[in-house]
Amino acid sequence: MSASIEDIVKQALQELASATDLSQLDQVRVNYLGKKGLFTQQMKELGSLDPEQRRSAGQVINDAKNTFQEALEIRKVTLESDELAARLAKECIDVTLPGRGQTVSGLHPVTITLRRISKIFADAGFNIVEGPEIEDDYHNFGALNIPEHHPARAMHDTFYFDAHTVLRTHTSPVQIRVMESEKPPLKIIAPGRVYRCDSDMTHSPMFHQVEGFLVDTDVSFGDLKGVIFEFLRAFFEKEVNVRFRPSYFPFTEPSAEFDVSCVMCDGKGCRVCKQTGWLEVGGCGMIHPEVFKSVGIDNQVYSGFAFGTGVERLAMMKYGINDLRMFFDNDLKFLQQFR
Amino acid sequence: MQVSEAWLRELVNPPVATAELVAQLTMAGLEVDALTPVAAEFSGVVVGEVLSTIQHPNADKLRVCQVNIGQADPLQIVCGASNVRPGLKIPAALIGAVLPGDFKIKESKLRGELSFGMLCSEKELGLAVSSEGLMELPADAPVGIDIRDYLMLNDNVIELGLTPNRADCLSVEGLAREVAVLNNLSFQAPEFAAIEPQHQQTLEVKVEATQACPVYLGRLIKNINPAALTPLWMQERLRRCGIRSLSPVVDVTNYVLIELGQPLHAFDADKLSAPIVVRRSRVGESLALLNDQTIELDGDALVIADQQQALALAGVMGGKDSAVFGETRDIFLECAFFTPIDVAGKARQFGLHTDSSHRFERGVDFNLQRRAIERATQLIMEIAGGSPGPVQESIAAAALPARAPVKLRSQRITKVLGIQFGDDEVHKLFEGLGMQVQVVENGWEITPPGFRFDIAIEEDLLEEIGRIYGYNNLPSSSLLMRAELGKAPEAQLSLARLQDCLVDRGYQEAITYSFVDEAMQNAVAPGEEFIRIQNPISSELAVMRTTLWCGLLNAALYNINRQQSRVRLFEAGLRFFYQDGQIQQRKMLSGLALGTVNVEQWGEKSRKLDFFDMKADVEALFGLAGVSADFVAFQHSALHPGQTAQVKNQRGETIGLLGMLHPTLEKQLGFDSPVYLFELEQDAVLERNVPKFSALSKFPSVRRDMALLVEEAVSAAAITRVIEECRETAIREISIFDIYRGPGVAEGYKSVALALVLQDFAQTLTDTEIDAIFRKVLDTLAAKLNAKLRE
Repeated sequence: MSASIEDIVKQALQELASATDLSQLDQVRVNYLGKKGLFTQQMKELGSLDPEQRRSAGQVINDAKNTFQEALEIRKVTLESDELAARLAKECIDVTLPGRGQTVSGLHPVTITLRRISKIFADAGFNIVEGPEIEDDYHNFGALNIPEHHPARAMHDTFYFDAHTVLRTHTSPVQIRVMESEKPPLKIIAPGRVYRCDSDMTHSPMFHQVEGFLVDTDVSFGDLKGVIFEFLRAFFEKEVNVRFRPSYFPFTEPSAEFDVSCVMCDGKGCRVCKQTGWLEVGGCGMIHPEVFKSVGIDNQVYSGFAFGTGVERLAMMKYGINDLRMFFDNDLKFLQQFR
Repeated sequence: MQVSEAWLRELVNPPVATAELVAQLTMAGLEVDALTPVAAEFSGVVVGEVLSTIQHPNADKLRVCQVNIGQADPLQIVCGASNVRPGLKIPAALIGAVLPGDFKIKESKLRGELSFGMLCSEKELGLAVSSEGLMELPADAPVGIDIRDYLMLNDNVIELGLTPNRADCLSVEGLAREVAVLNNLSFQAPEFAAIEPQHQQTLEVKVEATQACPVYLGRLIKNINPAALTPLWMQERLRRCGIRSLSPVVDVTNYVLIELGQPLHAFDADKLSAPIVVRRSRVGESLALLNDQTIELDGDALVIADQQQALALAGVMGGKDSAVFGETRDIFLECAFFTPIDVAGKARQFGLHTDSSHRFERGVDFNLQRRAIERATQLIMEIAGGSPGPVQESIAAAALPARAPVKLRSQRITKVLGIQFGDDEVHKLFEGLGMQVQVVENGWEITPPGFRFDIAIEEDLLEEIGRIYGYNNLPSSSLLMRAELGKAPEAQLSLARLQDCLVDRGYQEAITYSFVDEAMQNAVAPGEEFIRIQNPISSELAVMRTTLWCGLLNAALYNINRQQSRVRLFEAGLRFFYQDGQIQQRKMLSGLALGTVNVEQWGEKSRKLDFFDMKADVEALFGLAGVSADFVAFQHSALHPGQTAQVKNQRGETIGLLGMLHPTLEKQLGFDSPVYLFELEQDAVLERNVPKFSALSKFPSVRRDMALLVEEAVSAAAITRVIEECRETAIREISIFDIYRGPGVAEGYKSVALALVLQDFAQTLTDTEIDAIFRKVLDTLAAKLNAKLRE
């Protein structure tokens, strides 16, 4: 025997302890347990002993091997966990750096506002309908009880293509188009672009309106008031006050304009509401019998109300935008504020 | 329309403060747009008379004045105004006076001379923005009286934005009637006594157009004093109503217009050659108007004419030739009723808008003319003397607007307005508004007066009740909703889903004008038949866009000019064009992108956006609908000839375009990097596949790659199409994972690397089977596209 088994074990344990990584550790394993390993050699040498000695010597070698293997396992676990710890430490990144890839953008504030309005009414069973923007004068005026030369036509600052073709000045023609093709009961919301030949600080030649109307049996002015109240509270998400002022639209009778208590100062009076405490929101009224007549609805059976409001105006109130013209400049610095 | 509050209160004076009065008007549908005090706050200023002025011993520009302020002793006041002179009546601020701006007047010494007050200009009293010298008061101004009382400055201008149906409120009298009803007061329009004629001379008047002019009154007033001046009170009232004082006769006609709502016109009688005719204009006839404009008439206008020429555009404006002027002594006063429909549009036709046309278009009381002409005569005589003749009258009663009774059912008041209204209340309300009320079965019959042109049906009466009762006092109810189930059509996506997809892919939504510059339109979509606006707001907004690209390109430029280097925009909206002479309006969804693919990032090299980045965005939209689109190389003069595709749906219909802006146009428009654009028809992208389940194979799939050598002209789509046409059902997926040109591939050729995924429903595919499929595909590709397998 070249060396005592105790010395080999001692030597082996020492080598295990000094192995600093898994490949060194594996080398140690091969040195002792491999085909030419020291323990393997010891076992081979057993053959030269007589059976009595062979059993006891074999027992000793086996014990030594087991001791080595246990130590090897423990050392392996330690080195593995050291190695993982080292890898994790090395892979540490600055998580505050920005991510990569496409960034999300946003919708135009008019679209956001229109979607909210549409949702509020759609949840109450209103259907959303669109109409053409180039209209004939019958749908834009005549059928809405605004005959030619009526002073109300002059108020509309209309863009013309020819004597009978215009850019719609309001979304009200959609009322006519729906009532021409569908029978009551009707609950409709009609959003869209409208055009007026007027451009300054507070007027844009193109803007958006939402028209709403309801036709059924027994619709009263009180129902109209109720709907406008509930809508404005839902839209502004606060307890606003609403007032109705008598007004005039050829296509409604009685007619009203509705104001909301100033959302900037809660009606106390400020620059935005010109100290009045009120902001004008839109017009409304009970659908005029002449309008029903032009679409063939019996106004002794049915009654209805209609209302209309400017979308930009509502968005300005909601978001505190102070310049109408910004809506159509499409400055990204403006648009990207709305998401 | 603007009126003086004090004038209004002279007719009816409810016990409410100004703010409340104004609120009442607004809430009754007579919206007050503005309320402005006639003068700023000041006190302690009286009418003074300059008795003497002497040169200040120590100052060239100052004078020492003795001023009579109606007390025993005159005051010494030092004044620097150049128009100060003995005998002049002026506003004098006394010691203790407070002028606008909280400027207090104290006893002072100016260069050694004592001054016990200050003589004021209009500016110093806040009556004008600027003024030169002292305010000169009329010679008859009573000395010592408070200037605020003398000039009636404790007054406000009420500016009303009246709706076109309320012509009856375009006068102080009309407003007074409303105010009375709102305050439960009674109001009686004043009577004006008939003026006895002092001579019998008349001008013959022939009304030919009786339908258009049912009432025509005239009166010859002779020998008025051409030197007469309009009294201060009238000048002030007119000024507060926004009308400049011109001459006594014109001022009186304007005064009556504001007071009663009746437009009148005065002709210089010497310039008329009777008879006067009210008739339709003749084609080609011209008329020189008071505003120096000469108009060419058609055959449809209504004119007042004499034997020589047209004298006035009826109800709109008088003519220059027959106008009263500084020397006029004899006038012919006209007071008529013109039917609204015959005046409507006439002013606008000639680009005119006058106080007269404004009222006649909306409707003047046809019972008012007699009162108005007597009132005007009375005022002219008071101011300028003159001797009136008899009133000549031409009335066609049958042509007067009808005033039929309108039925009001009590049950309708309850049903529409939700309130109960009794007999007493109905009488009081409608009679207060000047209407006649007759009780009938189940309600009333109500006849509107001549001054109301907006009461024709029951709803009009309901509005009157609601208006006077107060809309805000009417009950509000919760809507009776008829429950109805909603619809959820699956074969159609919502536009919102597409918009959200683009937003998620980094596109910001824009909204641009539907009308664009013609040059831009022609550059971006040459040859398209666009639609022109007759009366555009400017030449930059003159034609309707045939593509949304015009607006998106402008928006992108706007942002590039504001230091944005990466722009991604989309818009949903209509494009407009002619097709076979018909106007078409089609819903589009368009996008624009330029700059880098992603925002600059610390860990990745920036890459410029290219065609395929945008193509992926377009494909994503179709992906939402579960459909695929074909992209076919295409030529479009605004786009790069080699980087443009027409988008087609599965039926082969063209539904859009995708491409790079032509480099020439890119440069011309002012971009400095490539711009990519797409435009799709909304309806086509919204068409959705309703999903249909197909069974899954239980057997494993196998991927086989091949590299094909093909000529440059062979497109990827052609290769996949040929493979698909082999109809090998086991081929489940075809994808291109590399394109190679360079060493090993001959010039004019390219190597296309494809991956095929094969899978069978009935069995696991054997190598032999796979090889057979592969061989068939290769043979077909070789036969149809001359493709070779690259070794």
